[in-house]
Amino acid sequence: MKNAKIDGMEIVYKKPSTLTDTPMHYCPGCSHGVVHKILMEVVEELGIQEDVIGIAPVGCAVFAYDYMNIDMQEAAHGRAPAVATGIKRVLPNKYVFTYQGDGDLAAIGTGEIIHAANRGENILVVFINNGTYGMTGGQMAPTTISGMKTTTTPYGRDISVTGHPLKITELIAQLPGAYYVSRHAVYNTSTIRKLKKAIEASFNYQKLNKGTCFIEVVSNCPSGWRMSPVESNKWLVEHMLPFYPLGDIKVPND
Amino acid sequence: MYTDNKEPEVRLMKGNEALAEAAFRAGMQAYFGYPITPQSEILEYLSAEAPKYPNVVILQAESELAAINMVYGAAGAGARVMTTSSSPGISLMQEGISYMAAAQLPALIVNVQRGGPGLGTIQPAQGDYFQAVKGGGHGDYHLIVLAPASVQEMVDFVFDAFRLAEKYRNPAMILTDGALGQMMEKVKLPPYGSLPKTDAPWATVGKPKWRERNIITSLFIQPEKMEEVNLILQDKYQKLQKEVRWEELNTKDADIVLVAFGLTARICEKTMELARESGLKVGLFRPITLYPYPTDALKNLSNHVEAFLTVEMNAGQMVEDVRLSVEGRKSVYFYGRTGGIIPTPEEILKQVELVAETHEIER
Repeated sequence: MKNAKIDGMEIVYKKPSTLTDTPMHYCPGCSHGVVHKILMEVVEELGIQEDVIGIAPVGCAVFAYDYMNIDMQEAAHGRAPAVATGIKRVLPNKYVFTYQGDGDLAAIGTGEIIHAANRGENILVVFINNGTYGMTGGQMAPTTISGMKTTTTPYGRDISVTGHPLKITELIAQLPGAYYVSRHAVYNTSTIRKLKKAIEASFNYQKLNKGTCFIEVVSNCPSGWRMSPVESNKWLVEHMLPFYPLGDIKVPND
Repeated sequence: MYTDNKEPEVRLMKGNEALAEAAFRAGMQAYFGYPITPQSEILEYLSAEAPKYPNVVILQAESELAAINMVYGAAGAGARVMTTSSSPGISLMQEGISYMAAAQLPALIVNVQRGGPGLGTIQPAQGDYFQAVKGGGHGDYHLIVLAPASVQEMVDFVFDAFRLAEKYRNPAMILTDGALGQMMEKVKLPPYGSLPKTDAPWATVGKPKWRERNIITSLFIQPEKMEEVNLILQDKYQKLQKEVRWEELNTKDADIVLVAFGLTARICEKTMELARESGLKVGLFRPITLYPYPTDALKNLSNHVEAFLTVEMNAGQMVEDVRLSVEGRKSVYFYGRTGGIIPTPEEILKQVELVAETHEIER
């Protein structure tokens, strides 16, 4: 988008320069686009584009590097925190973040996220929790709530068979290496603003080498959930948020 | 640090420790690994020496999976990076190694082999030849593979592997075994800082205004693009062929040539001496690079040699490449021990004598 001025009009809003012009592949109403934009707005506002390296996951955000105009690495499924560790350890003065979904972070990559956070790696983890495997067509995720229908729990998740939805964020908060742990959403402007503040705070903590900052974003998946964007946001508020309540889980005490 | 000393230093060292010391001297910037017998001395040595090298990252990972992905991240950020493991641990790393090959990341992976399959044994073996040389992980790719046969080569090949990995933007492997890792020999250690670091303009170090963003990925979802990347890789492997290395001993007049790599080549050297003493004209062909493989050199030998005897500490893996090289011109025999058992020069000699009998080779 050029900053062309149209007669009699004034630019009151534009996308950040840290996002590319590539049209996003995300489904209409998906949270990913919003979270990408918020993240890149913070990078632009903090002026850290030259000093930030992102890690894309396997999942719907696998192409995050097509949209974020920063240096990025694409990790194997679940291994983003290990990749981030490798980058941050050799470039300790740069900002490093991972962007991971629930299957990536809370199932196949459970070991990597627990140990990265336990080491207190100075990274930001943005964790998108929509309770489903969006990219592969809406299968059960480790965070799928009880009774929730997915393509592999077509009659609703039966926790007596498939186990319980994993509150990984609360688990991460127990680790001494985790410095700031907070749960957010992006279904309305107020939640979007709060998320932006949390991301900004996390980058500032990272500069101070405080440890791992972990931000969960409870998200929708209209296609995976077989709902319209509006319905999915309504369902998120009614069903996801009671199980995954928003707010800070661990705040800095120094 | 040993920065002042520009002369090689002579020490008596264990193979694993010599390799670790060589990594520091070769300017390794980061190491990520996980303990496993028979190579744990590498991580232990690096950890003990770490205070001398405050700028080198030494980190014990939570698993081999994490270790290889830390290597991926650090390599993608332009660092000279190494990991080491032994057979089962290397199996765990295969996914990451395939990703690194596809993303064209230089790094050094050391496999101090033990006997398998499965959890196997902690004794030395060469059962990972196929895995190392033919790919190991999914997809069409190759590692640069070097096979040391002495503690000195455990040192020298660290330098060679880093240099080749960076030159070709390809992961390199040192394929050694528990015996070479554990044995002590006199080594000459090159001075610190003798291997210049290759520039990595592709690395993700933060995007300055003046360049496009750098992306490290192995995802090429469009078939045309994926094939293009495969063709680039294949072209690179063709260029790699000129890096082929091997050693020949007494092959000029040989009727029978022993073909062996690594530890087995050293044992075969003794067998060759014993055979020569008994009047049999036996030579030794030792591939030093297992990928690229010295195919042409073996093919040339097949013009005047009567028969080949491949000896390995496995059930017959490299022998397939010997047969492919010889192309049926001459007989290729195989003798192998598995399970961590090291063959003796004398038992190999018996096999040589059998070959001599079969081909009516006179002493």
